[in-house]
Amino acid sequence: MSEIITSQAAIEPHSGHLLPARPLVVIEPSRGRLPLRMREIWQYRDLLYILTARDIKVRYKQTLLGAAWAIIQPLATMLIFTLFFGRLAGMPSDNIPYPLFAYAGLLPWTFFSNAITNSGNSLVGNTNLITKVYFPRMIIPAASVAAGLLDFAIAFGLLVGLMFYYRVGISVNILMLPVLVVFTSLLALGVGMWISALNVKYRDIRYALPFLIQLGLFATPIIYPASMVPQKWRFLLSINPMTGLIEGYRSSFFGSPFDWLSLGISAALTVVILFYAAYSFRRMERTFADII
Amino acid sequence: MKPIIKVENLGKQYQIGLKAEPYSTLRESLVNAARRPIDALRGAKKNGNDRFWALKDINFEVMPGEVVGIIGRNGAGKSTLLKILSRITEPTTGRVELFGRIASLLEVGTGFHAELTGRENIFLNGAILGMRRQEIARKFDEIVDFAEIEEFLDTPVKRYSSGMYMRLAFAVAANLDPEILIIDEVLAVGDAEFQKKCLGKMKDVAERGRTVLFVSHNMIAVKNLCERALCLQHGQVISDSKAEETVDKYLQAGIESASERNWAIDEMPGNNNIRVRRVSVHGLNKPPDQLLLATDRIVFEIDFQNNLDKSDIDVTWDLLDNQGTHIAHIGAVCSSDGKLGTGLYRTTGVFPPGILNSRRYSFSVQFGRNRREVLFRMEDVLVFDVHDNLDRDGNFNEFPGVIRPVCTWDTAFLSERIT
Repeated sequence: MSEIITSQAAIEPHSGHLLPARPLVVIEPSRGRLPLRMREIWQYRDLLYILTARDIKVRYKQTLLGAAWAIIQPLATMLIFTLFFGRLAGMPSDNIPYPLFAYAGLLPWTFFSNAITNSGNSLVGNTNLITKVYFPRMIIPAASVAAGLLDFAIAFGLLVGLMFYYRVGISVNILMLPVLVVFTSLLALGVGMWISALNVKYRDIRYALPFLIQLGLFATPIIYPASMVPQKWRFLLSINPMTGLIEGYRSSFFGSPFDWLSLGISAALTVVILFYAAYSFRRMERTFADII
Repeated sequence: MKPIIKVENLGKQYQIGLKAEPYSTLRESLVNAARRPIDALRGAKKNGNDRFWALKDINFEVMPGEVVGIIGRNGAGKSTLLKILSRITEPTTGRVELFGRIASLLEVGTGFHAELTGRENIFLNGAILGMRRQEIARKFDEIVDFAEIEEFLDTPVKRYSSGMYMRLAFAVAANLDPEILIIDEVLAVGDAEFQKKCLGKMKDVAERGRTVLFVSHNMIAVKNLCERALCLQHGQVISDSKAEETVDKYLQAGIESASERNWAIDEMPGNNNIRVRRVSVHGLNKPPDQLLLATDRIVFEIDFQNNLDKSDIDVTWDLLDNQGTHIAHIGAVCSSDGKLGTGLYRTTGVFPPGILNSRRYSFSVQFGRNRREVLFRMEDVLVFDVHDNLDRDGNFNEFPGVIRPVCTWDTAFLSERIT
């Protein structure tokens, strides 16, 4: 939409009557591929922080159970799957007690699916901002993803409790956890921001998304181990960037060896998706205010 | 001196119908994508006529410290211009160069979240307007002071009165201290006391060498606050000179008629009984394209098709002001002998002068039969503005009060002392 040319003097808020030699902002019709303008996003980092805080505060206002919802969702899902798959179907779980196994997968999956749902709907939900003020639009879906991290942390507390209960020790592999969380967040950001931009134009997304997320739950080794999948289908499974990450979470919680190949594929796919999404977002962003 | 805002050949094209159907479904897009090549083969006309220019060939420069008013009827392109300047939407042609930080107040309270407290909203709104957190913290007391909401800082804003809400919102934006401040119609709402304060703050901002773009329907405020004013019509600048001159031109020329609506025969609203052909609000003995002044007699006129033979038809108008206050319920019984035949009728009413205050009004029209049965009701038929043409010794605030009757006053001498 517009190009920011910043010189140090120009950023000074109170330069008085002394105008910068070059314009601070040039507004022109955009052509070609648009730059990502990471510097501008950095300038607005406080807004990211405040919008994230807003999303968190607002989410549990006027709810009875408040932050307990962060635990209820993965816990209830875990109990259901434990009953049907663990008990009745006797699903293998790589020698980990099935409830713990399932919860360890559902924990990051819940974060991921909530993050893409919330960020996917975030632009449409902030119409009043988009049509009234300028700021880098990417901040809106990014704040939705970031707000989900708190829920993740709360739900992680329960995992620690479960590990004590089942007497599963913590190994050095846990050091990989922050890396995994960063990649899951970036993947969620990429997918979420792309969906949010599409959602501005095509409201079909709102209906398709819950269904796709449900499919994702079964297309990712969350309630079953990847080892259960026949070797010839493994490759198909690892094209799903969440596969390597979910397996990685289990390795970091339970101390089993990491599948570096699978993790590498996930990391590479995350980066590709993120960049693709960011550039498409920039392209679609130009017409948000006109069509939202 | 160099300009702080430079606008060159700016244009913005919209697709008609985009507003009515703002988002499409995937299916429509797929269908359209499939159709496009087929239409092209058929040699279908390129859809050039479903586009219109909301702005075209706009050129102007603003010097630092200038206060420029922007006036024009609704739909003249003011909002589009502001949206481009504040980077909400992208221009189709042309170029704008800004040599300073810009803050726009397109709608007071943008980005407020009802569930959050006043304190939280100050930070949220400040950040949305581009302030850093430390900057907001530094100005926090000033903002709270200006808004006069100390006791309610930790109350969610959904429990605020609309006045408090407004004060807080304006306070945040006005204390942002940008080099360029864009203000759109903030003065249309809020009580007189607060409006005074806002205008004072704007003057303050201007005196400190900041540049202000002020969009308003309040001609007196524009005349008093701005040295210069631009007038837009059909997306083009038709006047750019001293505020006085532009305002006079706008008021006298009556730039376009927005207070008349005509419907094509096959689009006439109504039902089998009654259909409305035309509605108009204008000053008595004035052509319909002239602006309404507070001192005019106002004519309400409606042309309708009556399809009910031999009945008593009545027309009533409900007049509301811009804050939704019901100002008046006026109307006429078109016949009382039960003999009004079918055909096209025109009902005209004349409203006495000096009653309506200078504001924006809207009205609904209702047709009835035999003073009991409602035949047809139409909400928000038309919006019209009543303008003030009196300068009251530099008091340029909107005149307070719902009505402003012209009274006759007299002061008589009674005695030297009270006995």
